[in-house]
Amino acid sequence: MLRFILNNEDIGTTLSPGMPLLDFIRYHQHLTGTKAGCNEGDCGACTILIGDLHNGELRYRSFTSCLTPLGNARGKHIVTIEGVSMPSLNPIQQALIDNSATQCGFCTPGFVMSLAGFCLSRQVPKRRRAIAAIDGNICRCTGYKSIEKTASIIANFVKQRNETDPVTFAVEQQILPSWFSGIEERLKKLTLSLNGEPAAAGTPIVGGGTDLYVQKPEDIREQSLRFFFDDPSLKGISRQGNKCIFGASSTATDLLESAVMQEYFPQLENYIKLVSSTPIRNMATIAGNFINASPIGDLTIFFLALDTTLEFNTGRILPLRQLYKGYKQLNKTEEEYVCRCWFELPDKDTLFHFEKVSKRTHLDIASVNTAICIRMQDGYISKARISAGGLNPVPGLLTDTAAFLEGQIPDDALVQQACAIAQKEISPISDARGTADYKRLLLEQLIKAHFITLFPSLPIQV
Amino acid sequence: MKNIDAKTHVSGTSVYLDDIPLIQGTLYGAALGSPVAHGVLHQLQLEEALREPDVIRIFTAADIPGDNQIGGIIKDEPLLASDHVHFCGMPIAFVVARTREAARAAVKKIKADITPLPVITDPREAQAQNQLIMPPRTFSQGDTEQAWRECAHVFAGAVDINGQEHLYIETQGAYVVPQENNSLRVYSSTQGPTAVQRTVSTTLGQPMHRIEVVVTRLGGGFGGKEDQANTWAALCALAAWHLGKPVKYALHRMEDMAMTGKRHPYMADYKIGLDSSLNIIAYEVTFFQNAGAAADLSPGVLSRTLFHCTNSYYIPNVHATAWSCRTHLPPNTAFRGFGGPQGMFVIEAAIAHAARVLQIDAAVIQQKNLIKTGDEFPYGQIAQSEAGACWQKAATLYDATGWKQAVDAFNATHRLQKKGLAFMPVCFGISFTNTMMNHARSLVHVYTDGSVCISTGAVEMGQGVNTKILQVAAQIFSIRADRVKLNPTNTINIANTSPSAASATADLNGKATLMACNAILERLKEVAATALDTKADAVTIVNEQVLVNREPTGWDWQQLVSAAFTKRVSLSEHAHYATPEIHFDTVKEKGHPFAYHVYGTAILEVTVDCLRGIYKMDAVKVVHDFGSSMNPDIDRGQIEGGIVQGIGWMTMEEVIFDKEGRLRSNALSTYKVPDIYAVPEEIVIDALRSTADNLAIFRSKAVGEPPLMYGIGAWFALRNAILQFNPEADIPFITPMTPEKVLMALYSNKEKGIIQQHEATTSHLGIDQ
Ligand SMILES: Cc1cc2nc3c(=O)[nH]c(=O)nc-3n(C[C@H](O)[C@H](O)[C@H](O)COP(=O)(O)OP(=O)(O)OC[C@H]3O[C@@H](n4cnc5c(N)ncnc54)[C@H](O)[C@@H]3O)c2cc1C
Ligand code: FES
Ligand code: FES
Repeated sequence: MLRFILNNEDIGTTLSPGMPLLDFIRYHQHLTGTKAGCNEGDCGACTILIGDLHNGELRYRSFTSCLTPLGNARGKHIVTIEGVSMPSLNPIQQALIDNSATQCGFCTPGFVMSLAGFCLSRQVPKRRRAIAAIDGNICRCTGYKSIEKTASIIANFVKQRNETDPVTFAVEQQILPSWFSGIEERLKKLTLSLNGEPAAAGTPIVGGGTDLYVQKPEDIREQSLRFFFDDPSLKGISRQGNKCIFGASSTATDLLESAVMQEYFPQLENYIKLVSSTPIRNMATIAGNFINASPIGDLTIFFLALDTTLEFNTGRILPLRQLYKGYKQLNKTEEEYVCRCWFELPDKDTLFHFEKVSKRTHLDIASVNTAICIRMQDGYISKARISAGGLNPVPGLLTDTAAFLEGQIPDDALVQQACAIAQKEISPISDARGTADYKRLLLEQLIKAHFITLFPSLPIQV
Repeated sequence: MKNIDAKTHVSGTSVYLDDIPLIQGTLYGAALGSPVAHGVLHQLQLEEALREPDVIRIFTAADIPGDNQIGGIIKDEPLLASDHVHFCGMPIAFVVARTREAARAAVKKIKADITPLPVITDPREAQAQNQLIMPPRTFSQGDTEQAWRECAHVFAGAVDINGQEHLYIETQGAYVVPQENNSLRVYSSTQGPTAVQRTVSTTLGQPMHRIEVVVTRLGGGFGGKEDQANTWAALCALAAWHLGKPVKYALHRMEDMAMTGKRHPYMADYKIGLDSSLNIIAYEVTFFQNAGAAADLSPGVLSRTLFHCTNSYYIPNVHATAWSCRTHLPPNTAFRGFGGPQGMFVIEAAIAHAARVLQIDAAVIQQKNLIKTGDEFPYGQIAQSEAGACWQKAATLYDATGWKQAVDAFNATHRLQKKGLAFMPVCFGISFTNTMMNHARSLVHVYTDGSVCISTGAVEMGQGVNTKILQVAAQIFSIRADRVKLNPTNTINIANTSPSAASATADLNGKATLMACNAILERLKEVAATALDTKADAVTIVNEQVLVNREPTGWDWQQLVSAAFTKRVSLSEHAHYATPEIHFDTVKEKGHPFAYHVYGTAILEVTVDCLRGIYKMDAVKVVHDFGSSMNPDIDRGQIEGGIVQGIGWMTMEEVIFDKEGRLRSNALSTYKVPDIYAVPEEIVIDALRSTADNLAIFRSKAVGEPPLMYGIGAWFALRNAILQFNPEADIPFITPMTPEKVLMALYSNKEKGIIQQHEATTSHLGIDQ
């Protein structure tokens, strides 16, 4: 029996845990305010909130319910548009109306939910964050200006919160119905009563589901699955000595919010902003990104440049760079799964940068992405790693290019030659993300972008 | 006044097709689309699919009791393929099962035995092979042959304009419920309830009165549900008819993208001639419309391309020919602008071409040639022009001179970022170009408690038409808005409607409502006059109060309505409106096809990151000819939405078909529409309040389509920015201007030296989303 709370109701269901949560909400619970627009995580019409206890504290994040397995709802609080609607409109709904930010209305419940997620986030409320909260919501009618205004108003509104707990504030301000105050206690009780039903080893693993539910939605809805998303042994990002260690099920949002990562990667927010959207980042696990073996996985490219190491359940240890044997072929047995990963944190002499270009800057798969990590010693490059995606059947390192850079002083000529070498390490093909010629040119430009960013005073010819 | 649906929208209680509570026993359909774009269909192997659990039946062409025909303008499109397939995604079979999942699973088990035939995706190739939807049409004015000799400068070139996916967020769908006496109730997500009714009636061979079509609202349409909603309704109706059970089909996004047509891609050749003072004196253009595999609405779209081929300019000598070319793509269809945007892009390209060679700003040529009142359009209508007024006001209000200086200064001081500016004037004709479609009806009931309900043929899809209609009634009766309710669109209440399209829905249905309300009001005034012993023309209603000679009488609306009822006076009216004055002779290709034109000018600024080829839209500032807007909130929303959709079409929205006619950009992961970060940082809209009388409802000019074309300026602004970085850049007139095109142009004709020919690479696909 799969138990969770849906809005204000306790749910116990024996339906297949592989069923997308969206189908459960719309077609089994008949809560039709949550819309289906794409079934691929790309439009946000199906956005819901999921609340869970995180270090004993209630925490809400937005999810696209079309890609969330019902199994990932276990022991949690699922909130749909019906759950935030009261007899009178809440301030988000009112602001949307006041700013004429709804036309056909099909996208609107999704925007309401994403903004509700912003109101419940523990981060300091800022306009930029309110906009980021709705970066996974597509509206085809309004042109977004009216929605932007709404987001600004909500950001200002939430600023009055100060130190008040977000849920308490939201209930006080009638952003949410009063029964939300009781959810934390109810979740605690529910968690205690849950008895895990460990699935048999060998059954497919699902993390956030953002890859699996796009690739093979039909196959997995009835399958028995292992749900790794909430496994506490696979969570957590921490520093140990000069290493950063993270659990396989850490999400992109966990990375973004991690104190260690923020400290060592001052540009982290700018990088992560280029990766999918808020709800997808809330769902997308790092292991899922590595294992789905997409040639253009952003987190994979990011962590390749940091020479990340993986540890499997079997105890085997493998550098990420050795994970990929060929297109979607992994150096891993069926039984093996990733438990945790680590990499050496950059010291003061180490420079890191990530670049990604896609047709649409945000919520899009890269045409080409690349990360660079170089260590400087007395003006020389003592160690270099450049990863690049979208150019070969697997995401990988440009080892010749990196080797060429080592021991050199960065200048224009060096960068130009490095670009030429990089061209020999890639074999891009033409597809929906661009022609092969474009990808070649783009890699060259992005390598230059690395150096222009890391060495702003270098006069690099573009 | 805010959109009357806003409250239910924000609380998630608005009902769309997929939200209609289902009747017990409802079955689910799923269509099998052809896997190949062109071929002979020998047979279908259904056995395996039929063995799937929960599958009830699979329908094929042989099961269609009426005509296997859904073509509207030209009868050239079967509902289900019988012997040939003409595009990838063309419906071949319709599976009905107890669950949605079962229906979809069974579709995959059907084997279609098809011998492939050669595939054409290029309209020029189709034209060369005489694959035409209809004979070409030509609009002409003056004598271009003569005029070339008077030109100081002549430029010729070619243009390649891509299509656009509608991407309404609600996909297509229908739900058909059998009624007694062989009737069907069809819930459809359609802009054209009558078209659905007619299609179901034709395919089932049943009279139209047996088919009731109900539409509450659409989650976006943009033209994509004008004609192409028919298929799904007809398929569900076919199954419901045979099985006597309710049947529903709400398409999956990928089915929708693969099976439905889009904005027409066009290719074109232009030749433009200017005299030494930069007057455009001659323009020749040939359009090759990529119609896809069947006519659909292509003939109408083609005519609008010709109507708008000179955009806002007056050109004395014009020769414009358009070919509707039959290819093996899904039949392309209506999309906001309806062929107009493609016509406008070509003339803008021709002007930009001339300006580049002459080394002047395109705006100089644009402004110089704006059409004036009294000038004749190539199709014979005399302009009542606001083009100059809009341009002037925009240039002054937004300080075009200072703006340009600021952009120049920025470009002088930035090596890797360049800004570009462009002006985009727009002139768009309002009315269906097919004159006979310009009519509408409205049915108004006043109930005895004074509440009012209105039915029209208008379909609400976010454009706010129902709000405007409600405003009409509230204003004519002078009663509170909450006394008025709009009914779902239903072919039983309102028959023989034109689709909600051509920006004309509020005008047509608003005028019909105005007439109906006025008729009731006249009767009510008679009642009051008799009771209060005065003349009817002395009676007015103001804020629900009945006045005689502007003095209160103590009577209010409710009392008046009750009095009329007791006197057995009709409180209902069904009014019919047909746009006056318009006519068009398709033999001469001359006439007065439009009730009026909407004008406007936009100035757009972009910044290109010349290192990465990515860009951002800085600002779009518009002066738009609203007439006198009856709902500024709604109209502003239409303009902002239109601009962003137009920019999307010109920049990131790239429809990709491969040579075999298979859609490659077949999901939201590969077809990108603007997100919140992609929109212009600033959109400023100011009104040109034109006071001239016109045929718009309350003089509030139509606003649905025209703003989309402001987005065309984004392409030219990007081009200008690229030229700032690389004056030698090779920038073919190909849309959309994706970051790829920008980067390739930025570094075109430059010594790069590094990108040499590389060996053709292996066949892994980078696309795995
Ligand atoms: C709308 C959308 C946008 C996206 N945008 C981006 C983007 O910008 N950049 C990008 O890189 N990706 C993007 N993705 C892809 C995807 O979100 C990421 O790859 C994500 O990290 C996958 O993680 P997941 O937990 O959701 O994977 P899942 O779908 O749960 O799993 C993916 C695979 O990993 C396996 N797996 C999961 N955990 C483990 C483990 N611990 N050990 C072994 N195997 C495991 C699963 O069995 C499965 O085979 C996008 C996806 C969507 C739907
Ligand atoms: S339906 Fe589009 S994101 Fe879920
Ligand atoms: S209002 Fe129609 S999609 Fe947003």
